[in-house]
Amino acid sequence: MSRPSAAGPLLALTLLMLGIALAFAVGRYPVAPGDAARVLLAKLTGGPASVPPAVEAVVLQIRGPRIAAAILVGSALAAAGAAFQGLFRNPLVSPDILGASSGAALGAVLGIWLSLGVLGIELLAFAGGLAAVAAVYAIGTALGRRDPVLVLVLAGIVVGSLLGAGIGLMKFLADPYNQLPAMTFWLLGSLSAMHAADLVPLLVPVVLGTGLLLLLRWRLDVLSLPDEEARSLGLATGRLRLAIVAAATLVTAASVAAAGIVGWIGLVVPHLARFLVGPGFGRLLPVSALLGGATLLVIDTLARTLAPVEVPLGVLTALVGTPLFLVLLVRADRDWQ
Amino acid sequence: MTLLTATGLAFGYRGRAIGRGLDLAVAGGEVLALLGPNGGGKTTLLRTLLGLLPPLAGTVAVAGHPLERLSARERARLVAAVPQAAGGAFAFTALAVVLMGRTSRSGLFAAPSRGDHRAAAAALDRLGIGHLAARPVNRISGGERQLVLIARALVQEPRLIVLDEPTASLDFGNQGLVMREITRLRDAGLGVVFTTHDPNQAARYADRALLLRAGRTLAQGPVGEVLDPARLGALYGAPVIEVRGDGARAFLPA
Repeated sequence: MSRPSAAGPLLALTLLMLGIALAFAVGRYPVAPGDAARVLLAKLTGGPASVPPAVEAVVLQIRGPRIAAAILVGSALAAAGAAFQGLFRNPLVSPDILGASSGAALGAVLGIWLSLGVLGIELLAFAGGLAAVAAVYAIGTALGRRDPVLVLVLAGIVVGSLLGAGIGLMKFLADPYNQLPAMTFWLLGSLSAMHAADLVPLLVPVVLGTGLLLLLRWRLDVLSLPDEEARSLGLATGRLRLAIVAAATLVTAASVAAAGIVGWIGLVVPHLARFLVGPGFGRLLPVSALLGGATLLVIDTLARTLAPVEVPLGVLTALVGTPLFLVLLVRADRDWQ
Repeated sequence: MTLLTATGLAFGYRGRAIGRGLDLAVAGGEVLALLGPNGGGKTTLLRTLLGLLPPLAGTVAVAGHPLERLSARERARLVAAVPQAAGGAFAFTALAVVLMGRTSRSGLFAAPSRGDHRAAAAALDRLGIGHLAARPVNRISGGERQLVLIARALVQEPRLIVLDEPTASLDFGNQGLVMREITRLRDAGLGVVFTTHDPNQAARYADRALLLRAGRTLAQGPVGEVLDPARLGALYGAPVIEVRGDGARAFLPA
């Protein structure tokens, strides 16, 4: 029995590498990919970098952290989206639909309103995201006897609009000169404020959560079966589902805390990945993560180069994501999953 | 040797018993057919025998282990289920579906090993559907899908296989295909329990039959003794006639 080919994962990895080279090469201060590699290599080995100090500063202080953040957020959202889709047995759910993003957004807006630091904002974002997904999930299981998926989506819409009202209230109460612009800009999604020091509170939860999802990815296939079928195959579905919801919510909340609301990545990228490597989560999840990192990196590169001012990420992902999703829908027609 | 034993079993949901006072035993290399009208409790009994539903009273034991005391993983190594349809939102390949049967025999974080792939390929070949390995399960026929699910049950390496209406919604040819496979499982020494709407399947492919009506055992025993027009008439509440020919017999609604 031949194992599936490595073409899909290799393609995703190549796209990510090209994205990184492109991201260094364009912008107000272009850096040749070779120079960027030299700086990073010198940093790793501790040796001297044979490049001008300005280049080193751009790579290490400005563009490097931003590129790393784009990759982290993109892969986290795509991996979480793929995991949520398997968990809820529905290729249409995403972190956005289940309220993780809006819950995290409300938590983070609350954090800004309370003038908390980055860690405080991130903790509130995580708590908000987890509470929102737990509420949606509880409503879905309590009411969704006949059509669980429909009830789940409806519960997500209801809880999401409630959270939206909460965000609106926070904006209404916020200081209009200081906090409100910060909230608004942040809610639209942006990586422009990313500095090297902000990477750690993003890196740790994303690596932990995505790592756990990647470790459990082979079990996700079974978990996407009806619950009794999964149990009869020997899976302790309750505990596993909780672990996956927690991990996916953790990475979503960390992403929202760092970059604001970046929609669409969690929904569209897993579909692209499925197109490349099929529905098995063993290959789907890593390829989703790679593609998600590449996609958000390219979109963030566009965001900072398209116009004299930065374009919000959320606007661009929606502009790219909507037509892409429609194309995927049309292409694969009935059995597009 | 007795493989599956249920004694004094009451089954159903908390506060709503569906059946009670049930005793049954299935040995390795034996096929038991569960017969009964709709709503008689067949599916609920099956779920209880699989350990998916805790018994309200009495015990279910497989190879001497009471199911309630086993983890899902330990249970899956003893009993495999073949559900009615391959439910699921994603179009996995037949091979991927069969590999899922290895869940209880691999670690929580483990990728399918070379041995798992070999076992899955062997199971598909054994059922004569090796050529379907790379096909998505929503692109093959209902009978082939049922065989894929049987292959998945086989790679669990269970002692007992439980099938819920294995031929429901299958055409005539596919029904024979699936039922002959059940005979082969028995010949390989596995215990088999299946539910069916068709007394003729029980007569032809099962060793023993249990007639379940309104949650109670109407009769139980070797198919040659238990299945007759009088009992089947009582079971389904409608007259049944028997026809014989070529050394086989069949029942028809009168």
